[in-house]
Amino acid sequence: MTKTFRRKLDLKSGRVDMSHGAGGRAMAELISSIFKDAFGNELLEQGNDQASFPTPAGGRMVMTTDGYVVSPIFFPGGDIGSLAVHGTVNDLAMAGAKPLYLSASYIIEEGFPLGDLKRIADSMGAAARAAGVMIITGDTKVVERGKADGVFISTAGVGVVPDGLALSGDRARPGDKLIVSGSMGDHGVAIMSSRENLTFETEILSDSAALNGLVETIVSAAGPHLRLMRDPTRGGLAATLNELAHQSDVGFRIVEDQIPIKRQVAAACELLGLDPLNVANEGKLVAVVAAEAAEMLVAAMRTHPLGVDAAIIGEAVEDDQHFVQMTTGFGGGRIVDWLAGEQLPRIC
Amino acid sequence: MKYVDEYRDGDRARDIAAAIAAEVRPDRSYALMEFCGGHTHAISRYGIEDLLPKNVRMIHGPGCPVCVLPIGRIDDAIRLAKRPEVTLCTYADLMRVPASGGLSLMKAKAAGSDIRMVYSSLDAIRIAEANPDRQVVFFAIGFETTTPPTAVALKTAEAKGLMNFSIFCNHVLTPVAMRAILDMPPTPDEPPIAIEGFVGPSHVSTIIGMEPYQVFARDYRKPVVIAGFEPLDVMYAILMLVRQVNEQRADVENQYIRAVRTEGNPVAIELCDEVFELRESFEWRGLGAVPKSALKLRDAFAFYDAEKRFTIETQPAEDNPACECGAILRGQKKPADCRLFGTVCTPETPTGACMVSSEGACAAHWTYGRFRTRQSDAGLRRTA
Repeated sequence: MTKTFRRKLDLKSGRVDMSHGAGGRAMAELISSIFKDAFGNELLEQGNDQASFPTPAGGRMVMTTDGYVVSPIFFPGGDIGSLAVHGTVNDLAMAGAKPLYLSASYIIEEGFPLGDLKRIADSMGAAARAAGVMIITGDTKVVERGKADGVFISTAGVGVVPDGLALSGDRARPGDKLIVSGSMGDHGVAIMSSRENLTFETEILSDSAALNGLVETIVSAAGPHLRLMRDPTRGGLAATLNELAHQSDVGFRIVEDQIPIKRQVAAACELLGLDPLNVANEGKLVAVVAAEAAEMLVAAMRTHPLGVDAAIIGEAVEDDQHFVQMTTGFGGGRIVDWLAGEQLPRIC
Repeated sequence: MKYVDEYRDGDRARDIAAAIAAEVRPDRSYALMEFCGGHTHAISRYGIEDLLPKNVRMIHGPGCPVCVLPIGRIDDAIRLAKRPEVTLCTYADLMRVPASGGLSLMKAKAAGSDIRMVYSSLDAIRIAEANPDRQVVFFAIGFETTTPPTAVALKTAEAKGLMNFSIFCNHVLTPVAMRAILDMPPTPDEPPIAIEGFVGPSHVSTIIGMEPYQVFARDYRKPVVIAGFEPLDVMYAILMLVRQVNEQRADVENQYIRAVRTEGNPVAIELCDEVFELRESFEWRGLGAVPKSALKLRDAFAFYDAEKRFTIETQPAEDNPACECGAILRGQKKPADCRLFGTVCTPETPTGACMVSSEGACAAHWTYGRFRTRQSDAGLRRTA
């Protein structure tokens, strides 16, 4: 496996900066150098967004946890409450699991409006019911004004995996096809459109949605041909494909013209100097499937409301450098890389 | 997208590529510099390199304001931001630029300094209005494109009577830097500079027009084509340059007729003349001290000049001696020729100017094109 030179984290005087939470390589380094070091075990080492483990009573369970610190709290197409349910349900579903139970931990800043809190909790409850999961335990903390940004929510979730299903980020093989369930970048652009100092008019709504129903369709259609699934959240499709390439020890070749991107999303990214492939999604997934099942799987996905724009965007290839290469609309080639730190608008 | 898709049409790109291939002469090479990082970005992002004949070589110039800002000026900004009364407002892509002592604005922010990312100079004005008890400093940077907005911010602050707003001015000039590249004497260990034409930045020319580039055509016999930033614009400009080279012409031509006027934008030019004057000399990363290559506030606006309000005296800071940015910016070496490239120097850990912003030559090659020069564990495996 190729190594590139990495400067070690400066544990003596270094500090966490925003790039460590942006879903790019800096965050991967932080997790690897601090958390994996401290917690190290074989389940964590698999590097998935959830862990799958056998239960003493037989069968396999899946567990995940996530924190939600989105700003603004209410955004076009959703809010932090429904997002917290969707994100956690999706992390479970990506292992092919049936999500069952969630926890909800609220950290609330002193002065936060009770009406907003009620609205968030109601939205969270509605999202859980719609996804067929129950929020069965929780925790509430209030911190002094200035020590949080309104409200933060942490969730954990558990689910069960059907017998015989073993999906993991290390299972992509050269020749496998890469499928996305729909258009890229909707959530990130919806969030940015309502950020302070950056307000612009767009009809784009967040794609925040629970994907467990679509996953059932995929698992049932693809059966043993299905290698893995992952939801391309922070860091967008680019980060997800780079993660998977490293986990599976392959490269990917994708075709720019095949990747569904809404015109409004492309326009907003153009305006801000961002790449839609780096922009977050909250209701989309990437599936890697054996080539012979790809067309059939796309057809099946398109029968589900959350998969109508599903498309084959490329394939896994042998590549010890784990490059994600893209054929541009021009017919040229380029890499689709991880973000270096946060995606930042350019000056000019 | 109207007015965008038309300039990203793959079929048109292949047509222009075929026209370039038909016109280049197989017995010679064409070394063309795209001065501006925006063009570098477009070339890399759309894989234009793959569509060009092998003997058309694009050289990535120093036209990225983030890349060429010397370490000492970032140090100044960090010192400013550390002052308890100061809120420093900066364009976002300056945040990660490495300063002395392993610092950056992002790290200074993490350590407690009040540093805000802004999307326009007027955002800084709004922050100053909303925080009358803070000294708000706008970290102004950029070529001729971003200079007028800084002047507008100053005039707005003046009109509003804002007492807590000032500008840390780092605006630099395109034609002067192009001239500095051409005037640079060869060194024993670097090949001579062989630039046969320039792709000129259209956004700069929307302000300054065409005239400032005549010197390159007239005195240096180098053709210049002012080009837009869409990939088809760049390709068409390359075709125009190839034709000029073949015809042994050296003219300043305008590919970007949809926005650039010969005279530029007289209102913006006048405003900038009112607010700014030339610095005697300014340090550029990769180019060294270049006389009359940057702007400062005129004395009449000294009140808004952060360098005077906070008595800033820039201390020189050395770049890594192994860094080849200078030769890369001058077109004498390619990113992968630098032994720091992809080892010590990556976008996460930039050492030199060209890796600092996504528009730099090395960052663009790393982010979009490094599959052309693959790496091995031991370091770079150079491929032709």
